[in-house]
Amino acid sequence: MPEAVPPAPAAILAAMPITLTINGRERRLSVEPWVTLLDLLREREDLTGTKKGCDHGQCGACTVLVDGRRINSCLKLAVSLDGASITTIEGLADGSRLDPLQQAFMDHDAFQCGYCTPGQICSAKGLLNENQAPTRQEVQELMSGNLCRCGAYTNIVDAIMEVLEARGEARAASAEAAR
Amino acid sequence: MNVMQNVGIGSAINRVDGLQKVTGQARYAAEHPVPGLVYGVIVSGAVPKGRILALDEAEARAVPGVIEILTHKNRPHIAWFDHSHKDMVAPPGSPFKALYDDRIHFSGQPIALVLAESFEVARHAASLVRASYEVEPHNTDFHKAQAERFMPSKKRDSFQPPKNRGDAGAAYEAAPVKVSADFHLATEHHNPMEMHASTVIWEGDGGITVFDKTQGPQNVRDYLAGVFNMSAKNIRVMNPYVGGAFGSGLRPQYQVYLAVMAARMLRRSVRVVMTRQQMFTHGHRPEALQSVQLGAERDGRLTAIRNSATTSTSRYENNMENVVNWGMMNYACENAAGEYAIAPVDTATSSDMRAPGAATGMTFFEMAVDEMAHAAGIDPLEFRIRNYSEIDQMNGTPFTSKALREAYAEGAAAFGWSRRSQAPRSMKEGRELVGWGVATGMWDAMFSKTSASARLTANGHLEVASAASDIGTGTYTVMAQAAADTLGLPVEQITVRLGDSTLPTAPVEGGSWMAASVGAAVQLACRSVAEKLLKAAEKMENSPLGSASLDEVRFAGGRISLRDDPARGVAIAEIMRAAGMDAIEVQETASGGISGMISQMRKSRNTHSAIFAEVRVDEELGVIRVTRIVNAVAAGRIINPKTARSQILGGVVMGIGMAMHEESMADHRYGRFMNHNYAEYHVPVNADIGDIQVIFVDEPDPEVTPLGVKGVGEIGIVGTAAAVANAIFHATGKRVRSLPITIDKVFDANPLP
Ligand code: FES
Ligand code: FES
Repeated sequence: MPEAVPPAPAAILAAMPITLTINGRERRLSVEPWVTLLDLLREREDLTGTKKGCDHGQCGACTVLVDGRRINSCLKLAVSLDGASITTIEGLADGSRLDPLQQAFMDHDAFQCGYCTPGQICSAKGLLNENQAPTRQEVQELMSGNLCRCGAYTNIVDAIMEVLEARGEARAASAEAAR
Repeated sequence: MNVMQNVGIGSAINRVDGLQKVTGQARYAAEHPVPGLVYGVIVSGAVPKGRILALDEAEARAVPGVIEILTHKNRPHIAWFDHSHKDMVAPPGSPFKALYDDRIHFSGQPIALVLAESFEVARHAASLVRASYEVEPHNTDFHKAQAERFMPSKKRDSFQPPKNRGDAGAAYEAAPVKVSADFHLATEHHNPMEMHASTVIWEGDGGITVFDKTQGPQNVRDYLAGVFNMSAKNIRVMNPYVGGAFGSGLRPQYQVYLAVMAARMLRRSVRVVMTRQQMFTHGHRPEALQSVQLGAERDGRLTAIRNSATTSTSRYENNMENVVNWGMMNYACENAAGEYAIAPVDTATSSDMRAPGAATGMTFFEMAVDEMAHAAGIDPLEFRIRNYSEIDQMNGTPFTSKALREAYAEGAAAFGWSRRSQAPRSMKEGRELVGWGVATGMWDAMFSKTSASARLTANGHLEVASAASDIGTGTYTVMAQAAADTLGLPVEQITVRLGDSTLPTAPVEGGSWMAASVGAAVQLACRSVAEKLLKAAEKMENSPLGSASLDEVRFAGGRISLRDDPARGVAIAEIMRAAGMDAIEVQETASGGISGMISQMRKSRNTHSAIFAEVRVDEELGVIRVTRIVNAVAAGRIINPKTARSQILGGVVMGIGMAMHEESMADHRYGRFMNHNYAEYHVPVNADIGDIQVIFVDEPDPEVTPLGVKGVGEIGIVGTAAAVANAIFHATGKRVRSLPITIDKVFDANPLP
C-alpha cells in the first residue's frame, strides 16, 4: 500500500518554542509537536519521577498537576501546554519539608514497588485541590484512575484520609457506605 | 538521647527506601540518564506461527534520526547452542532467541528493533517496518490442546510429582457423599506497573552496565555472558529499584537481550522499553484445567481425593508447576491420587506468577472442598477442621510448624464467621444478597543459599550488601532490620546496597525465600562483625567486657555492654579507635547446611493461611462486590509487620483480580491476546477493593530457617480467589467453576439444588 506512506516526518515536525514552568522553574524549550509531556519530562528534563505505565491514559502512573489540576501526562502533547505551570512529584516537597501526602504515604506503607506512587500522590494532590471527595468511598472512586498492581489501595486511601482529616475536610462515610 | 527505638526484627518501621519512592528519586530501569543514548523500539510480529518472508525497512530507514534496524538478517553473532541461552530458572526446552532466524513462534514475537536518536523517531519508524509472512497452522486454544497433553521426560527442577496413597478410585466409588467438579483458569499476565525495560551503558572498553528490570541481577549477568559469549566480569547488571514483577522478572526478558545486542552492534548506550501491549508477549500464568473428585462419609470425613490438572506451556519449552499436591498435603484423608501434565499452545512460554501452582491448584481444591462441605451439609469452616491434618499427608512428614488451626480460629473471630447462616441465599441486606466464604492457603517456606557483606566504619556507620532484589517486597528494609537487630544500630546509620550483580551472591527474588535467606546472611555477616569487635574489646586496656562471649553481651545504641551488668560497657567507636581499626569488613554465606538438608527431608516447611471473604451481589444488575476480606496468615516470624502486611494485602488484591477480573483473552483465529492493555485486561482498581484485614498468627519456628522466617510474598494470593468464589456461591447458590467469575457467568449458571 504505497499510497499510505505518511509524509517524511522531519519536514512536518519542526521543533516549536514553548515556555513551561516546571516545579516553579521557568523553562524555555524547543520541542517537536509529537513529544508528549510525559516523554518531555522523563527523557529531556530528567524528571523521571513521573512514570510511564501504559502510555495510553489507562493507568495514571504519569499523573502530574497542570495549573493545579491532575492530568495524565502521556495524553498531553507538550506543545499544547505553552505557558502552563506543571508540578511533578519532584516539586511537591518544600525543600526538605515533605508534602503531608508524601509523609502519609510513607507512614501508611501506601506503596510497595513505588512505581505507581508518584502518580498516586499527584493524583491525590489534585483530588484535594478539587475539594470533592470527603468520604472514604468517594476517595476510592476518584482515585480509581490510578492503578497499583502491588495492591496498596487500602493503605493509599488510609493515607489520603489522614491528610483530609488533618485538614478538617473528611466527612464520615454515610450510613449506607459504612461497612 | 538514650531512648532506643526498637528497629530490629519484629518492629513495624517504615520502609527504609520510602523517601526515595515518595519524592520521585528512586530510579527504575529506564530512568538512568546516559549521554548520547540510542532509543530502541521493538517491532512485534503479527502472526502466531510461520516464517518471515520479507521485511520492508526502506521507509523506516528513510526517517531522519534512524540509526539502524536490527533484524534476524543483520544481527551480530550470538551463541548457537540452546544451552548458552538458558538462564538459572529456565524450564527444560529450547529458550526463545529473538531475531535468531525467520521462525515465528508466537504472536507479538519481536521481529525487529528500530534504533534512533530519539524515542519519538524510533517509535514512528517502527510503525513503518512492514513484514510479510508464510503463515503456518497454529493453536492457541487450550481446550483443543488437551489432545496433545503430555508429561515431558525432562521435568522442571522445581517440579515435585504428586505421591499417591491408598486407593483413591475405590474409595471414591464407595463414598456415600461425592463431589466431582471441573475447573478452568484463564491465562493471566503479571502486568507489573513498570514495563520491562533496560538501559545498557556502553562503557567504551567492551564492558557494559545494564540497568534492567529483573528479579535477579546475577541471573541476567550470567545469561548475557552466555548469549553474547562475554566474560561475566565485563557485565554489571543493576536493579536497585524494580517497579513490581510478580514473577515476570525471574527470567531475563527479550528487551534486555535486544538492548545489549544493539549496544554491542552500535558500540553505544541503548535503552529499550516494552510497550504495555508487548507486556502480553512473554511470560504469563499458565491457563489451567483441573478436576477434583472428593468422597466423604456422611459426617464429613474425607475418604477420597482425586486431583488432576493440566497447565499450558509453549511449543519450545516445557513449563511445569506444582498444582495438585497442595490439597493432597493439607487434608487428612487415607486415599489420595494426583495427576498432572502440560499441554502446548502457540504462545510464549508460560512462567511463574505469584504463587505459581498453588494460586491455581489450592484455589480450585478449596472451591471443591466448599462444594463437598455443602453436599455434606456441614459448615465449610467446620468441615476443614474435621479434616485437619497435623502432618503433611502427602509426604507423611511432620511440619516444622503449622498454626493453621489458630489461623482458622483468629480469622473466624475477626470476621464474625459464627454469625453466618449456612444456607445459600439466606443472607440479604437491602437489595443485595450477602455471601460469606472461607478457604485455606498454603505455600512453601523456602531457604536459598545467600551471601552478604557488612562493613562497619569507625564513625559507627554500617553498610550491608547483597545482590538481592527488592521488587516492592521490602528487601531493603528486611536487610536493615536484620543488621540493626544484630549490632544494635539505628537504621539511620545503616546503608543497604542490593540490586547489583557485583555484590555478594544472592538468588533471584522469588518463591518467598528472600527475606528468610538474605536476612540470615546479613545476620551472619553482622555477627561476624560483632565477634571481631568483641575480640578487639578484649584486648583493650582494662577491657570493660572482660572475656565475655557474644551471648553474654548486648549491642544497643552503638555500645556493647554486659547483659548481666549493663553499666559495664564500651562504645563501638572506642573499641575501633583503641584497636586502630578504620573499618571492619566481612562477608558471610548463609546456607541450610547438611543438618538443614537432612531436616528438609524429614520435615515439611510451609506457610498456611485462612481467608474469609464477604461479597454482595446485586442480582438484578449482576454486580458483585467483594466488601470484606480477612486473611489470617501463619508464616513463622514476621520481620516487619508493616511491610509484611502490605505483601499480604497485595496478594489478596491480586487474588480478587484472579477471582473477578483478570483474563487474557485470545482470539484463536489470530492466535493473539486481544485485550493487551490496561483498559481491557482488568486489574483491580481502588474502588474494587473493600476492607482487608490481615492477621499474623503467632507461629514460633526456630527450625524452618535460621531466623524462623517463612516468607510472605506469595501466601496472600493462595486461596483468596477460592474464598471469594465460595462467598459468591453462598450469596447466590450458583457455582461458577471458571475464573474469573464475571457477570455473564453468574447469570448463566444454574442454582444448585
Ligand atoms: S502512562 Fe499515562 S496513564 Fe498510563
Ligand atoms: S506500589 Fe507497585 S504498583 Fe503501586
